[in-house]
Amino acid sequence: MSRQALSWGRLPASEQRLIRLVSRFDALPKTAESLLPHGLGRSYGDSCLNSGGALLGTRGLDRYIAFDRDSGVIEVEAGVSLGEIIELALPQGWFPAALPGTRFVTVGGAIANDVHGKNHHRAGSFGHQLLGFELLRSDGQVLHCSPTTNADLFAATIGGLGLTGLIRSATLQLQKAPGSWIRGSSERFGSLAEFFALSAAAEAASAYTVAWIDSSATGASTGRGIFIRGNHAEGPSSTATPKNIRLPFTPPLSLINPLTLAAFNALYYRRPAATARDALWHWQPFFHPLDAVQEWNRIYGPRGFYQYQCVVPMQDAEGVIGEMLQRIAASKLGSFLVVLKTFGSMAARGMMSFPRPGATLAIDFPNRGAQTLALLDALDALTMAAGGAVYPAKDARMSAAAFRQYFPQWQAFAGHVDPRFSSSFWRRVTETEVS
Amino acid sequence: MRRILIMGATSAIAEATAREFAALGDALFLVGRNPDRLTAIADDLRLRGAARAETWVMDARELSAYPALLDEATRRLGGLDTALIAHGTLTDQTAAQASSELMLAEFQTNALSHMVLCTELGNRFEAQGHGCIAVISSVAGDRGRQSNYVYGSAKAAVTAFTSGLRQRLHPKGVAVLTIKPGFVDTPMTAAFKKGPLWATPTTVAKAIVKAVQRGKPVLYTPWFWWPIMQIIKNVPEAIFRKLKL
Repeated sequence: MSRQALSWGRLPASEQRLIRLVSRFDALPKTAESLLPHGLGRSYGDSCLNSGGALLGTRGLDRYIAFDRDSGVIEVEAGVSLGEIIELALPQGWFPAALPGTRFVTVGGAIANDVHGKNHHRAGSFGHQLLGFELLRSDGQVLHCSPTTNADLFAATIGGLGLTGLIRSATLQLQKAPGSWIRGSSERFGSLAEFFALSAAAEAASAYTVAWIDSSATGASTGRGIFIRGNHAEGPSSTATPKNIRLPFTPPLSLINPLTLAAFNALYYRRPAATARDALWHWQPFFHPLDAVQEWNRIYGPRGFYQYQCVVPMQDAEGVIGEMLQRIAASKLGSFLVVLKTFGSMAARGMMSFPRPGATLAIDFPNRGAQTLALLDALDALTMAAGGAVYPAKDARMSAAAFRQYFPQWQAFAGHVDPRFSSSFWRRVTETEVS
Repeated sequence: MRRILIMGATSAIAEATAREFAALGDALFLVGRNPDRLTAIADDLRLRGAARAETWVMDARELSAYPALLDEATRRLGGLDTALIAHGTLTDQTAAQASSELMLAEFQTNALSHMVLCTELGNRFEAQGHGCIAVISSVAGDRGRQSNYVYGSAKAAVTAFTSGLRQRLHPKGVAVLTIKPGFVDTPMTAAFKKGPLWATPTTVAKAIVKAVQRGKPVLYTPWFWWPIMQIIKNVPEAIFRKLKL
């Protein structure tokens, strides 16, 4: 079967073949093309695409293997989504120790991108809850990888962008959660300095912290936003889960544009519900407000969108992120979706992991062609000068030079890449000459 | 709690249906050819809530093995009251029209094995006075078409056979459900181009479980295949023979 597999940013992509896997015991398909595992396609750019090659669709590997209700250890096939883990584990009082901004990601994808959540300062990233996994290499070997067995491939595969082989199954240590609810608070802050003060003060007592930033604010208000914190809590014992809706079509133009953006941002910042001293959220709207609208990514219209997520070391974070926000506000090319969060100091387990100590800013940009790309290059210049990094899972355009500065260990990593595996992203950042 | 035999348990529709039954807490006896895949599916179904998930390796074409299979399923589940017959192959029409031998082999898999199992099950359920036999036939069995008449006529045999069995067993308290899926997006149909008429195994599975619970006789799934097939069945032969369906 041949069809266009879109990644989450819905940018134009070239054709590739999708081969759907049905059993974790099967050998890799015999084909001359290069291979890349592909789960739910929530990576934004081309790290989950393999133009001219084959994608190994892993959603057919969606079986639970084992779950110990006493210890919270769960083993699943690699195509199981984190939402499906929660469905099984939360009624028993367990929850993923690291959960990204959508529950529609597979375990394989979460490992391959070493995803992080709002509790990074406490729990680290996805690799930290990983007890081990089984990796199928193209020479036919099935390797059990853990911190103590095949430790080099374990480290290379965490954050390894699916390039080290096919993850067949994985074992995770979940964290205890007393219920389906998050108790916490939200409050406005008027500047980046206030954000950093709030964040530093909140991290000791709150498992989850995150901020939304008003990307239209300028001058003294640059970096204003809403700070949210919370902890797992018991709550009403209702089994009803929030209703989901679907964006049924792609609008002909991006609904996020300079006309709508400033109005959205100002309203969202000023709405009364932005401040709540004692709030109780169901886990779904707290972690994944966007998951309530299926295919929300269509909102940016037929040209798709870019997301830029960088991390900047803490000592320069306020200045560098302030500079970025001023440029974004001046360009009027930004969007409503802007998230700021501080990473903790826990060292990532993956060789190529993105999370590292500092502050991380994520923002969507509707695709407006050359002007958007020029702005993103300007943001990259700031990130590079600060010694930061950009998140490959979100990227569709960083230069090979930028990638090699962000991930200086990339050549050592290349030695672990399976010879039959490749991706559009990997070829883009490694096969281009850098002067 | 139902005690359910699932024949062809590694097929996409059967596995999706088994998950629906598991969520209801039913006990399952899973039959297929591949022991590793059966074990993986059984482990998964237990975690999804199945009261039991037992496995049994056999080839559905071994027609003499069915009585022993039913004895074993009844013994291990402590009785048997429901069966989902879901095994089968999607016939390569070009190959099967060129070879009588291949055509017969396809009939063995897609028609005779279903009819043998229905006979054995029907007699047992009749004796116990209750039960439900759900058989996956196909919309392809409603009318033979040049593009897949070997598969279609095997399914037509299953449809006619289950229709008669349903009449015979209805007064005895036994339900027979003929399931006619349309295009379902499964590994069996991986080579086809997909369009708006295609359904997921989960959609089909939910419809099957509902039909079993309600004692429905015939299920077109998704529902829109019923009007489509009424039209196709009623096209006069003089016209139909000229069509390229």
